[in-house]
Amino acid sequence: MTENLRQNPIRAEREVDLVDAGVIGDVERPLTVVERVVNNDAVQRLTILVAIIVIWELYARWLDNALLFPTFTETLKTFSKDVANGVLVDRTLTSLRTLAIGYTFGLALAALLTTFAVASGIGTRILSTLTAMFNPLPAIALLPLALIWFGLGTPSLVFVIIHSVLWAVALNTLIGFRSVPETLRMSGRNLGLKGARYVGLILIPAAFPSILAGLKIGWAFAWRTLVAAELVFGVSSRSGGIGWYIFEARNDLDTATVFSGLLAVILIGLIVESVIFRALEARTVNLWGMQR
Amino acid sequence: MTSALLDVSGVTLQYKTPRHLVTATYRVDFSVHQGDRYVILGPSGCGKSTLLKAVGGFMPPVEGSIRIRGRAIDAPGPDRMMVFQEFEQLMPWKTVYQNVLFPMKVTKKFATAEAAGRADAVIEKVGLAKFRDVYPHMLSGGMKMRVAIARAMALEPDILLMDEPFAALDALTRRTMQRELLALWDQLRFTVLFVTHSIEEAIIIGSRILVLSPHPGRVRAELNADGLDHNSIGNPEFGALSKRINYLLFGDEQSQRTSEGAQA
Repeated sequence: MTENLRQNPIRAEREVDLVDAGVIGDVERPLTVVERVVNNDAVQRLTILVAIIVIWELYARWLDNALLFPTFTETLKTFSKDVANGVLVDRTLTSLRTLAIGYTFGLALAALLTTFAVASGIGTRILSTLTAMFNPLPAIALLPLALIWFGLGTPSLVFVIIHSVLWAVALNTLIGFRSVPETLRMSGRNLGLKGARYVGLILIPAAFPSILAGLKIGWAFAWRTLVAAELVFGVSSRSGGIGWYIFEARNDLDTATVFSGLLAVILIGLIVESVIFRALEARTVNLWGMQR
Repeated sequence: MTSALLDVSGVTLQYKTPRHLVTATYRVDFSVHQGDRYVILGPSGCGKSTLLKAVGGFMPPVEGSIRIRGRAIDAPGPDRMMVFQEFEQLMPWKTVYQNVLFPMKVTKKFATAEAAGRADAVIEKVGLAKFRDVYPHMLSGGMKMRVAIARAMALEPDILLMDEPFAALDALTRRTMQRELLALWDQLRFTVLFVTHSIEEAIIIGSRILVLSPHPGRVRAELNADGLDHNSIGNPEFGALSKRINYLLFGDEQSQRTSEGAQA
């Protein structure tokens, strides 16, 4: 029967002594300096930044209208002057302080809500309904209400920041918790882990990529909301934030200062994203192989 | 004669899918003794994994009782460590060492210093000493499985529950892992309840085999398979047992056909 299945003539079999693999040459070699520099993430990002600055400078010089579009050098001059005399630093710190309070409260509330949500089915439904209602609502739209409730000042700002952080973080955390593999959950429960220990030791680290994404989105929402809110009602008590700095400069038609304020907003965004969050990612999800 | 370590009597298991109520096993009885390599064997859909989950405490039986050392099982616990088929059972945010240490840390079964020593010893035993501080995503499937086994073993559970642990591995690695598991058993004489759908694996691993019928899982036979391992695959004894199990699972017709095939 097997004869009938044969299509090709019988070929010789062979067994071979292993060839020494050393003669192949490079099995592994270190990358050259050029290769490493070109592959470096920071170098690539810096190149992009430099390109943007060059385009900005060239366009502004061609336009030659400092009221509409100041050059990069002029913006930088104003920026360094205001940094040196402390105005910009002061304004930025005021904003960051408010942001830190709002962000912290937002995270705490999000943690509370999601813990409640994973603990029970009704909690999940409450959270997903609340998120569906409030997530699309722009925080800035709540500002008039906040002003009525809390008056002019930091509490109103904190309120809108909490609103912008809370839903983004809660939603992402809940999605993260839901996508933890069943096997991992079972191996946690196998050890008798329950309640807060189960959430803290298994669910949170397992859902960390999602949680981190939520933290990043929450941060960006908060920063954006804060600057916008400061633009709307300007000075809070004695010292204004960075939004107020921009608003003041606009009233004076001092466009270079407006640009320097925007530059500060962007710089802080870049630092938080590419220094703080990047470092956090490198030490967690990248190290654990959960994100490439 | 020792009394049973694990006693399963008259256990019926049911679970709900969105559309159906499925009866996974129906009135299953068996008992596992200290030092047994007890294998539950059956075709897919015979409820063998569900049965193991019930022993693990993840689902309560609808009928019957499951007792370990005379105590009824009502929740998952570290006295019954599970090793799953999926590689995801390891915590990706912990290194090999931390993964092995973790159960000992949260259950506080051993003092801190003792736990650290045990973790290192068991990692050495499964041959992963070089990979002690590596994260799971950098390990091969077989290595991940070794970590999972080491982790379970370090805790010295009353019984080790293994749910088709080698099914996701390639054939060569699977063979190595079976050999290693037997070698470990030879040293430590732990009790293991092992689920598989491979007749060959059941005979190699098991000292006693429970054969389940499909839909719903009912006991078809309980057989002894002690003393048979990889080296006895060609033996007539191995072949006879294999044929017998084949007959028990697939009935007369199927085994007739396979024996004809073997003669041709």
